[in-house]
Amino acid sequence: MPSQHPLLSNLRNPIAIAASIRSRTRWERFFIVLGWFSLAVALLTLIFLVSDLFLRGLPMLNWKFFTSPPSSDPEEAGILTAWVGSLLVILVTAFVAIPLGIAAGIYLEEYAPKNWLLDFIEVNITNLAGVPSIIYGLLALGFFVYILNWGESILTAGFTLALLILPVVIVTTRESLRAIPQGIREAAYAVGSSRWQVIADHVLPYSMGGILTGIIVGISRAIGETAPLITIGALTFITFLPDPPIQSEFPYISFKWIWSPFTVLPIQMFNWVSRPQEAFQVNAAAAGIVLLVLTLAVNATAIYLRYRFRKSIKW
Amino acid sequence: MVEQPLPYSTKLPVTLPSRTVRIWRERIIASILFLAAISSVVTTLVIIYILFTETVIFFEKVMELHQESLFEALVEFFTSTDWSPLIEPIGIGILPLLSGTFTTCFVASCVAIPLGTIAAIYLSEFAPAKMREILKPILEILAGIPTVVYGYFALLVVTPFLQKIILGVQQFFNPGKEPWEYFELPGFNMLGAGIVVGLMVLPYIASLTEDALQAVPLQLREGSYAMGATRLQTAIKVLMPAAISGIMAAYILGLARAIGETMIVAVAAGLQPKFTFNPLEGASTTTAFIVSVSLGDLPHGSLEYQSIFAAGIMLFFATLILNVAGYFFSRRYREVY
Repeated sequence: MPSQHPLLSNLRNPIAIAASIRSRTRWERFFIVLGWFSLAVALLTLIFLVSDLFLRGLPMLNWKFFTSPPSSDPEEAGILTAWVGSLLVILVTAFVAIPLGIAAGIYLEEYAPKNWLLDFIEVNITNLAGVPSIIYGLLALGFFVYILNWGESILTAGFTLALLILPVVIVTTRESLRAIPQGIREAAYAVGSSRWQVIADHVLPYSMGGILTGIIVGISRAIGETAPLITIGALTFITFLPDPPIQSEFPYISFKWIWSPFTVLPIQMFNWVSRPQEAFQVNAAAAGIVLLVLTLAVNATAIYLRYRFRKSIKW
Repeated sequence: MVEQPLPYSTKLPVTLPSRTVRIWRERIIASILFLAAISSVVTTLVIIYILFTETVIFFEKVMELHQESLFEALVEFFTSTDWSPLIEPIGIGILPLLSGTFTTCFVASCVAIPLGTIAAIYLSEFAPAKMREILKPILEILAGIPTVVYGYFALLVVTPFLQKIILGVQQFFNPGKEPWEYFELPGFNMLGAGIVVGLMVLPYIASLTEDALQAVPLQLREGSYAMGATRLQTAIKVLMPAAISGIMAAYILGLARAIGETMIVAVAAGLQPKFTFNPLEGASTTTAFIVSVSLGDLPHGSLEYQSIFAAGIMLFFATLILNVAGYFFSRRYREVY
C-alpha cells in the first residue's frame, strides 16, 4: 500500500482519533479560561479604579467641595471654578461642533459626488480622528491664541475641543444618514421636494437618534479631555468665576465670559494628582469621582439611546 | 354653520417661491454644507502650517545659538541623546523623548495586543450572545474613562502594587537582606504608565478585532467546522488569516493611540527626558514633554515655545503614518471577499 498522509492513516485508528479529539477539547477549554482571564483583566481594572477612587475620595465629597474655589489648603479646596469652567467650555464646544459636524456629515453623505475629493476628505477625517489630542492643543496655541489673538480664554478652549470631537460627530452623522432607506428620499422627491427639503423634512428627523448618540459620545470625550487645554495655557489655579452670562441690566445677556481665563475639572484633578502632599490626592480622588460619574452618565445615555433607537425603528 | 377643521391641510401654500429662488436657495445651502465639510481639510492644513512654521523658527534659533548649518542642526536633532531645550547648555536631541515614547508604547502593546486579541476571539466565537451584549458596553465604558483618571490610577494604584510585587519577587529569590537593600521601583516609572496605557487601549483593540472577526462570512466558519475543526482551530487557522487586514488595522490604530496618549504618561511616567529603554526607570515621552513645558510660564517666541512644536511635529507624523496605514488596512478587509 502506498504511504499515506499521517492524518489519513490516523482516520482508521479509533484510539488516535479519540486522543486527537481529547487534546483539541483540552486546548479549547484552556482557551476559554484565557478568554475569561483577559476579560477579567478589563473588568478588574474597572472595579479597582472605581473602588479606589470612591474609597479615597468619597469622604471629601460634600456640598462645600462643590461650592468652594481651589485653595492651598486641601481641606478648604473645592471644584467650584472647575465645574463652572467645564460647563462653559462644553457650551462653546457644543455650539461649534454640533452644527458644523452635522452640516459636514450631510454634505458628505447626501451631496458630495463620489470622486477623489470625497476620498481625500474621508481619509482626512479618519486621520483627524486619530491625531493625538495634544496636537490639537498645539494647533490652538499657535492659531487661536497667537494668530487670532483670542488668548487663553473659554472661547479658545471651546473651539479646540470642538475641532477635537468634530470627526466623531461627522462620522456618526454619516452613519445614521446612511441607515435611512433610499425609498424615503425617493418618495419625498416624487412629490416635488427639493434636495434640501428631503433632507430637512425627512432624512434628518429620522436619523436624529443616531446623530444625538454621536454628539453625546463626543461631548463626553470633551468633558474628560485635559491635554489640549493644558497646552493652550489654561491656568491650573483660578479662584474667581467668569462673568455671569445672564445679567440684570439691559441687554441681559453678556458674552464677556467667553474671553475669561478658566480651569476645567480634569485640569483641576491633574493639578491635585501631581502635588506631593497626600491630602491633595484625596481631593484628586474626589474630583475623579465627579469626572467619572459625569462622563459615565453621559456615555450611558448614549448607549441607552442607541439601543432604544435601534429597537424602535423598523423600516 | 361651523366649519370643521380638516385633520390635514388640503391647501398648498398660496405663494410658492419661484423656481429661480428655489434653485438659488438650494445652491446657497449646498455651498454652506460644502464649507462645513472642508473644515476638516482646513484643520489639517492649519495643523501642518503651525507645526512647520514654528519648527522652522526652532531650527533657525538653534542654528544661531550653536553657530551650525541646518544640516548639522538636523543631525544633532536626530542623533543627540541630550534633550534640554530649557536649560543651558541647550541640547536638542529628540532621541530621549522618542525612547520614552517607544518604551511606554512597547509595554502598552505587550498588555493590549495579546489580551485584546484573546478577548476579541472569545467574545466573537465563544461567548454566548447574551454575555456579548453585556460585555461590549462595559468595554465601551472603559474606553470612555477620562485619561487623567487613568493617570491617577497608574500613579496611586498600579505603581505601588508593582513596587510590592517587585520587592516580593526579589525577597523570594534572594532572601535575607534588609528591605532597602533591594532594588526599588521609582514612583515615576514607564512600566506602570505603560501597563495602564495598555489597559486603556485594550477596549479599542478588542472591539475593532471583534468587528473584523464578525465580518468574516459564516460559510468560512461552517466549512471549517464541517472538516471537523474545533472553534479554536477555526478561529486561529481560518478566521484570523481571513480577517488579518482588519486585525492589523486594529493593532495599528491601538498603537497610534498609545503613542499619542498624554495624561497617563504625564502623571505617572515622570517628566525628565532621559535616554533609556528600561521600563523600570522614569522618563519623559514626547507628549509628556509638551505638557510639562506648557505648565510653566511659556513666553511666546522663546525657544521653549518652539521646542514643543518641534516635538509635536514628530508625534504628528508618527501618528499620521500609522493612521493612514490603519485606514488602508481596514479598507481592505471590507472588500476582500
